Amino acid sequence: MDIFLQQLINGLTLGSIYGLIAIGYTMVFGIIGMVNFAHGDVFMVGTFTALIAFLLLTTLLGITSIFLVLAIVLVVAMAFTGLVSWAIERVAYRPLRGSFRLAPMISAIGMSILLSNFVQVAQGPRNKALPPILPDVIVVWDSGSYAVTLAYKQILIMVVTAVLLFAFWWLVQKTALGRAQRACEQDRKMAALLGVDVDRTISLTFVIGAALAAVAGVLYLTYYGVVNFADGFVPGVKAFTAAVLGGIGSLPGAVLGGLLIGLIETFWSAYFSIEYKDVAAFSILAITLVFMPQGLLGRPEVEKV
Amino acid sequence: MRPWEQDPILAVDRLSMRFGGLVAVSDVSFRVGRGQVTAVIGPNGAGKTTVFNCITGFYKPSAGRLALSHGAAPSPSELDALTRTGRAAARTRKGGVFLLERLPDHKVASAARVGRTFQNIRLFSGMTVLENLLVAQHMGLTETGLLSPAALLNLPSWRRREAAAVERAKTWLERIHLIHRADDPAGDLPYGDQRRLEIARAMCAQPVLLCLDEPAAGLNPRESAALNELLLSIRDADATSVLLIEHDMSVVMGISDHVVVLEYGRKIADGTPEEVRTDPRVIAAYLGVEEDAVEAIEAEVGV
Repeated sequence: MDIFLQQLINGLTLGSIYGLIAIGYTMVFGIIGMVNFAHGDVFMVGTFTALIAFLLLTTLLGITSIFLVLAIVLVVAMAFTGLVSWAIERVAYRPLRGSFRLAPMISAIGMSILLSNFVQVAQGPRNKALPPILPDVIVVWDSGSYAVTLAYKQILIMVVTAVLLFAFWWLVQKTALGRAQRACEQDRKMAALLGVDVDRTISLTFVIGAALAAVAGVLYLTYYGVVNFADGFVPGVKAFTAAVLGGIGSLPGAVLGGLLIGLIETFWSAYFSIEYKDVAAFSILAITLVFMPQGLLGRPEVEKV
Repeated sequence: MRPWEQDPILAVDRLSMRFGGLVAVSDVSFRVGRGQVTAVIGPNGAGKTTVFNCITGFYKPSAGRLALSHGAAPSPSELDALTRTGRAAARTRKGGVFLLERLPDHKVASAARVGRTFQNIRLFSGMTVLENLLVAQHMGLTETGLLSPAALLNLPSWRRREAAAVERAKTWLERIHLIHRADDPAGDLPYGDQRRLEIARAMCAQPVLLCLDEPAAGLNPRESAALNELLLSIRDADATSVLLIEHDMSVVMGISDHVVVLEYGRKIADGTPEEVRTDPRVIAAYLGVEEDAVEAIEAEVGV
C-alpha cells in the first residue's frame, strides 16, 4: 500500500510531463495530419534553454529567490522554444504542405536529427547538471518501515501542469483563436474560405505546442536535474505513445495518455523490473495501435460509402 | 444596356482554367449584377464548379480577370490601369476593386468579402451550430487573425465586439429557424437544416457576393421553396448579390434575375430566365441534340 501510494505520486508527476509534451504532438496532428517527429527535440531544446537561463540567473545575476528564478526561466524557455518551433514550421514544413504526405514527416525526422546534433556540438555530449532545486519533501504517510513522501518539486510540477492545462483548455474552447484552430482542424480549406488565416493558425499551433513542451522541459529539469542532447528522444517517443494511447488528435486524450504512460512506467519499474520500463511503455504503443487504433478518447475514422 | 452590365459587382473576363491537357473552362466572360441573383447553369461537366472555384480563390485561373467591386463598378479604363500595376486591390472613388485571381484564398473571403457554400456540406460538424457562425466572423473579431489583446484582457471593447458577433449569429439562427439548436453539434442537424446553416454561416461573414454551389441539391419541394424565400430575402434585405449554380430549374427560373449557360467550358447563352429558356442552343445542350435538330424539337415541345 505504501509503495503503491509512493509510485502513484511518482507516476502522476512523470505523467504530467509526458502529458504536456503529448499535447504538442496531438495538436499538430489534429491540424495538419502530420506526426512532428522533431517535437521531442524541441522539448530537449526547451530543457537546455531552461538550464542556461537558470545558470545565468543564479550565478551571473545572483538572484536567490527560487520561485522568481523559475518564473523567469519558464517565460524565457517558452518564448525561445516557441520561436524555434515557429522557425522549423516556417522553413521545413510549410513549403512541403502541398507535397505528398510523407514529405513533411521526413523533413521532421531531419529536423529532429539537426536539433539534437546541433545541441551536441554546441553544448557538448555530456550530461549537464543543475544544483538540486527544491530538495525538501513532505512525509505524507509513515508506516514505520517506509515513508511515503511528496517532494515540493512534485507539487510544483502537478500544480504548474494543472494551471497550464486549464489556461490551454480556455484558449482552445473559449477564445476566437481556439475556435479558428478547431475549425482548421476540421476543414482547413473551408476555414480559409470563411476568412481564417490558416497558415498563421498553424504557425500558432506549433508555437503553443512548443511552449507547452518548454514548460515540460523546465519541469523535467527541476525533477531530474540533468539533461543531455539525446534527452529529446525517449521522452518524445513516450509522449507520442501517450498521444496515440489517448487518441491522437484529442486534447484530453493526450493528457490522459500522458498520465497513464507515466503510471505504467513507474509501476512497472517498482513491481517488475526497472530495466524493462521502456519496453513496457512502448509495448503499449504497439498494443494500442493493433487493438484500439483510435485510442481511448479518439474518434474512430468513419468512412462514408 | 442590360441591368447586370450597368453596375456589375463581379466582372469575369476571358476566364480560362486548364488542368494539364484538359481545358475545363475556356475564355468565359460574364457579369454578375449588383443586388441580383445570377444563376450559372449547364449540363454536368460544363465547368460551372470550376468557374466557382476560380472566383472563390480555390483555384488560381490559368488566364483571365475576375474583378469584384465594392461600392460601384470601376470604368473599364480604371480596371485596366489597376491590372497593369500588378496589384491585387485598389481603392477607387466609389469604393474598392479586387482582382480575385491575385488574392490568397482567405483574402478573397476577408478582404473582397466573397462567401461560398459547396455541393457537399462542409460544416464544421464537430463544433456547435453557434460556433460555426462565430468562426465565420473570425476576422471581424480579431484584428490580426490571431488572438486580440483586447480579448486576453477582456476589455469592454472586446466584450462589445463579441456580443455583437453572437447577436448577429442569433439573428441568423432565428431567420433559418434553428435558434433552439444553437448549442448542438452541427453534424447532428437534419440535411435540410445543415444546408440552410451553411448559407447562414456564409452570410455571417457579411459577404457582398454570396456564391452557392447547388444549394437545392437533395432538398424536397417544401425545403426548396423555403430556400427560394431565404435567397430572395438575402438579395433584398441584406443587399448581398447572389451567384448560384443550380440544377433545380424551379429554383433557377423562380428567383434568378440573370442566367448564364455553360457547356463544355464555354459560355453558350447569357440573359434573363425567359430568354435562356427559349434559346435553341440551351435546349440543344440540355437535350443533347445537334443544333440543326433544335427546330424540330422546338416544334415538338411547342416553344
